[in-house]
Amino acid sequence: MNPAFSVIFLTTLSGVGQGLFLSLFTGQVYSTINLLPAQHPVHFYALGSLLALVFLASALLASFFHLGRPERGWRAAARWRTSWLSREVIVLPAFMGAVFVYGALFYLGWNIPLLTIGSDVVISLTLVVGAVTAVLCFALFICTGMIYACIKFFQEWATPLTVVNYLLLGTASGFTLATAFSAYNAPALVDFFGAWAIILTIAALITRTASLVRNSRIEYKSSVQTAIGVRHSKVVQKSQGFMGGSFNTREFFHHKSEGFLALVKWTFLVLVFPLPILFLAVGLSAGHDSLLVIAFVSQYLGLLAERWFFFAQANHPQNLYYQTV
Amino acid sequence: MTQLALVIDLNVCVGCHACVTSCKEWNTSGTAGYLTDERPYGEDPTGTFFNRVQTFEVGEFPHTETVHFPKSCLHCEDPPCVPVCPTGASYKRYQDGIVLVDYDKCIGCKYCSWACPYGMREVDEHQKVMKKCTLCVDRVYDENLPPAERKPACVMACPTNARLFGDVHDPDSEVSVAIREQGGYPLMPEWGTKPANHYLPRRKTRVTIHEDELIRADNPLKKERREPRPDISEPSLDDVTSW
Repeated sequence: MNPAFSVIFLTTLSGVGQGLFLSLFTGQVYSTINLLPAQHPVHFYALGSLLALVFLASALLASFFHLGRPERGWRAAARWRTSWLSREVIVLPAFMGAVFVYGALFYLGWNIPLLTIGSDVVISLTLVVGAVTAVLCFALFICTGMIYACIKFFQEWATPLTVVNYLLLGTASGFTLATAFSAYNAPALVDFFGAWAIILTIAALITRTASLVRNSRIEYKSSVQTAIGVRHSKVVQKSQGFMGGSFNTREFFHHKSEGFLALVKWTFLVLVFPLPILFLAVGLSAGHDSLLVIAFVSQYLGLLAERWFFFAQANHPQNLYYQTV
Repeated sequence: MTQLALVIDLNVCVGCHACVTSCKEWNTSGTAGYLTDERPYGEDPTGTFFNRVQTFEVGEFPHTETVHFPKSCLHCEDPPCVPVCPTGASYKRYQDGIVLVDYDKCIGCKYCSWACPYGMREVDEHQKVMKKCTLCVDRVYDENLPPAERKPACVMACPTNARLFGDVHDPDSEVSVAIREQGGYPLMPEWGTKPANHYLPRRKTRVTIHEDELIRADNPLKKERREPRPDISEPSLDDVTSW
């Protein structure tokens, strides 16, 4: 594939926003059952939700650059019964709306206690809204991953690992951002978020490596023999029927060398996994807040490379028809 | 049910690109708008086509064979490009199985082109919507045309009659007979898309002649001459032998 920057930004920014929301909600659940101290509703929850919304809105904006006819984008909600893309188009704004409500409830102080369990566990309105939002968040991860995993022709993508990677890479980057965010707005939670950020980054390293290993061993189902239906061990294309480029030659190949691909792969393997873990570990133990910000910046830049590589590595069977000018 | 489709005879195609130019001419002049050509006379021309003719070489020199391969939408019976469309712009007609794009609904997200293993869909860079072969749906139902011309433009143009058009669900149609009797096959059957278009393979006509058919086995003296003509009054086995 020829990676489109609109989609690279859409998926990475959305992943950060989703992960950040999940970290806020995780913090709330822990403080509800009194495992973590309660945080300031405005400085932590409302501001955190706003930060998540900024990332999600940027993702939504980036997605419009992928469309040829963005003014018709609303039509994309029509076929949710069959299309994962349509489902994402519905779930992303729904999730954004839910995050907005979640943050607004904290900002306005409408945190009404609904139920008290035992003596000190209070189930509040925001916790219920947060739970619904978390469900939407996971649904969005699944939709985003399935957009790629459901197309069987991209054999590199057609695996459950694609969905798992979107989930873990998104949450890892979100928790890393939450670590940096809480260093300034909720110091009591820094270690909690930092530990989860490291755990999620390691988990993402395992599943992403698994998908790299899997993809390096792929046996392609289609060959030039099945593409034109001639049974001979040696079939070579001599002409693709036109000398100028076409949509087919531009969209489905990255036009970069194998060396460049390997460079991008090792760049993201360094920037997404070991460097943020190192920065987080040093930043947490030495109390350097700026290192936590650097950890997030490194991971996000790495994720841009990771997503570029994710697209570039996918090989479409239509390329069998476009091998020679 | 009806499933209109093309059957393309690779044994007959000479790779002249007449179907390509005829397709472009018809479909760039239609009510659905032009088919974009960018920089047609410039250094780096590009454009949208519904039909391409490609060339493949089979075998190694000197035992090679050139296969010209016309390539257009196969109008799959289970089209993977249709369910992925988020707007419903991409659809398969119930009445004749033609896969079409509603250019007024398409948002140009290109997702359907990802879901076509054959690379048959091309984005129009000017109208910013996905385009594909319509099987000349605006020709085949046009009652202003003489019935003989109610066929896709590519079929009308082919000088060697390598392209057949008809209903592949009708067992007695020209296309069904051709598929059945001349070994018609679908492309990339491994994906289960069930393409409606079929291709007829390259075929060699060979006659096997055994040695005893060249030298008469019933002539022990090896003397070639005409058999003595029996008298008309002699008895014979049947009319064939009584020459």
